[in-house]
Amino acid sequence: MTVVDLPGVYSIYPKSLDEQVVTDILANPQHPDYPDVAIVVVDASNLNRNLLLFTQIQDLGVPVILALNMLDIARQQQVEINAVRLAMQLGVPVVKINARVGEGLDLLKQAIERQIAHPVTASKLFFDPELAMHASGQDMKGLMADVRQHYQLTNNYIALQYLIQHDGFSFLETPQRVKLDDLIEKYQFKELDFQAKETIGRYQHIGDIVKNVVTDSRPLDQSTWSQRIDRFLLHPVWGYAIFATVLLLIFQAIFAWAQPFVDGIDAGVAWLNGTLHESLPEGPLTDLLTDGIIAGVGGVVVFIPQIAFLFLLVSLLEESGYMSRVMVLMDRVMRQFGLNGRSVVPLISGVACAVPALMATRSIGSWRERLITILVTPLMSCSARLPIYTILIALVVPEKTVLGFLNLQGIVMMGLYLLGLSAALLGAYIFKIIIKARERSLFVMELPTYKWPRWNHVGITVWDSVTSFVWQAGRVIVAISIVLWVLASYGPGDALEQAENRARRESANRSAEEIENRVASEKLEASYAGRFGKVLEPAIKPLGYDWKIGIALISSFAAREVFVGTIATIYSIGSVDEENSTTIKQRLATEINPETGGPMYTPAVAFSLLIFYVFAMMCMSTIATVYRETKGWKWPMIQLAYMSVLAYVSAFLVYQLMK
Amino acid sequence: MMTRKAGKRSVADLKLGEKAVIQSFSDQWMSLKLLEMGCLPGTEVSLHCKAPLGDPICLNVSGYCLSMRKSEAATILVE
Repeated sequence: MTVVDLPGVYSIYPKSLDEQVVTDILANPQHPDYPDVAIVVVDASNLNRNLLLFTQIQDLGVPVILALNMLDIARQQQVEINAVRLAMQLGVPVVKINARVGEGLDLLKQAIERQIAHPVTASKLFFDPELAMHASGQDMKGLMADVRQHYQLTNNYIALQYLIQHDGFSFLETPQRVKLDDLIEKYQFKELDFQAKETIGRYQHIGDIVKNVVTDSRPLDQSTWSQRIDRFLLHPVWGYAIFATVLLLIFQAIFAWAQPFVDGIDAGVAWLNGTLHESLPEGPLTDLLTDGIIAGVGGVVVFIPQIAFLFLLVSLLEESGYMSRVMVLMDRVMRQFGLNGRSVVPLISGVACAVPALMATRSIGSWRERLITILVTPLMSCSARLPIYTILIALVVPEKTVLGFLNLQGIVMMGLYLLGLSAALLGAYIFKIIIKARERSLFVMELPTYKWPRWNHVGITVWDSVTSFVWQAGRVIVAISIVLWVLASYGPGDALEQAENRARRESANRSAEEIENRVASEKLEASYAGRFGKVLEPAIKPLGYDWKIGIALISSFAAREVFVGTIATIYSIGSVDEENSTTIKQRLATEINPETGGPMYTPAVAFSLLIFYVFAMMCMSTIATVYRETKGWKWPMIQLAYMSVLAYVSAFLVYQLMK
Repeated sequence: MMTRKAGKRSVADLKLGEKAVIQSFSDQWMSLKLLEMGCLPGTEVSLHCKAPLGDPICLNVSGYCLSMRKSEAATILVE
């Protein structure tokens, strides 16, 4: 048995792209995902409004089960529901469940089995367009009959959906749509008027039923505790202060609280590498395993704690209901930048990963607001940038405490995130001027009551996110690490031997260790990878980068998280200090700039790199997702171009000013 | 649906905690969305809170909390 979870909607008439799919499936029995049984889970504490959608789905002719959820909350609000009477009134199976604790799921399963074996559907439509209009003196008979006949439909309500929604139905061909337009013209059918009448008609009928099955003994004007919290969290002053504190806590968690775990993993990887080097026989395969694969993968695994913390906190915000308040809090501000309060979710999720964030933009109804959100979301620093930030900040920013409790490195980290956010807002403002609106912007939204997070949900979200990050990033990194190791260990013809001989000749009177280091770095320079880096060097020299960083830039073009792994691989090969294996950070700190004789990673170089990675669109998955979401290459290419220019110019300025 | 008349009070004019009964809508496109969310003519609404800059606002309507922009609330006319 396959279970398909459709997005939550208020009615069968979609307000945004993600809602479109519901009607697309349920109004088309030929759809591969068309259900044998539709289980409509409704919030029992708000039965009136939720029955609207339920009765619409029921009228589409799908066998349905009504699952009454959140009865505990309804009971707290002194609302009691008689499920048996409701089932009789609606003519369909009704099951009481509590999804939060898993109550009533056996009964639901039994109901599903019964509904599949012997489908029970209501004997007549809850809202029949023909009958409803007959009462108001308008005759729909001819129109309905024509639509039913042309499209071989048996159901009046599906026929109505064809009339009102055919532009959004992906399963209709253009001539079929034109025919419907002709019929609308012929019968002078006014879709919007009719839709309003339908909604009002349904609510009247629902109101009668609810009166019979619900005992609502709640006192009028009682303010619930959820509303009292709102007065505080949406307070003119406290509202923003609390939101800022929440954001600050998230960054502290990512940087400071996750640090002990990061250090532990880092040390573990170094130990593993050292042990393998000692115990395995020397040779190219051992080198490939340790310097290539383990160094590369280790560079990613080490960031699992931070990514886990990030997903944990973001999913807590969503679960608790606070995220909706953030949308309300930010809508006014967002509107100034051509965005919508709903853009806050993609922007905040973008801190974890741009790919799910871009998919979350589907809930934004207006095309312009959605497109602008898509264009600027990748500027939010995603978790793949975290490894780069962490390592470079740790390298050039001293670890000390300021203002008593804030970690200086954490503050710089937050600064980078804020830089990404500012660029996103500024970019949005510019796009707002360039891109013209296609339809009206809409914000109307339900504020859910505050709830305790479902910890199993939170746990699943964190686990899924971390494992998919590790698998997806890990695969790419293993592949690139191997390719890179080969390219860095071999060169054209006998170039590597020549380089080694030359190095030995020139540094004959130095100490053994110096000679070995010189040999290793000359060999890397002569290798294929070194040659690639050298070709690129003139272009990136103004940003302060050498050919080694150039190799990392190229290899991380497809996925920025590869940067750290590449750096690790390159410097492992370039160093002979294998007996006492060091961490990536230590390797970088000891890297010498041959031109100045000082450390390669000066603050100017490190910040230039940091700024470059804040702005650069170095992620194939994001480009592919933007292509899918905007249905074309135009917008992803515009995005790639503007972000690349922004990254190059900013990194150039930073390096030139700080050097 | 009727067009907006000068001097008509809308939900956007409500003060915090004030109650009113929905009479009609001044914008058909908007009214379809609002009807679906339970804002029916004859229903009582009250202004429950406002976002820090006074916009969007949060309404209590048919037992739950609905937030909308001030411009959207201005299309809901009250008695």
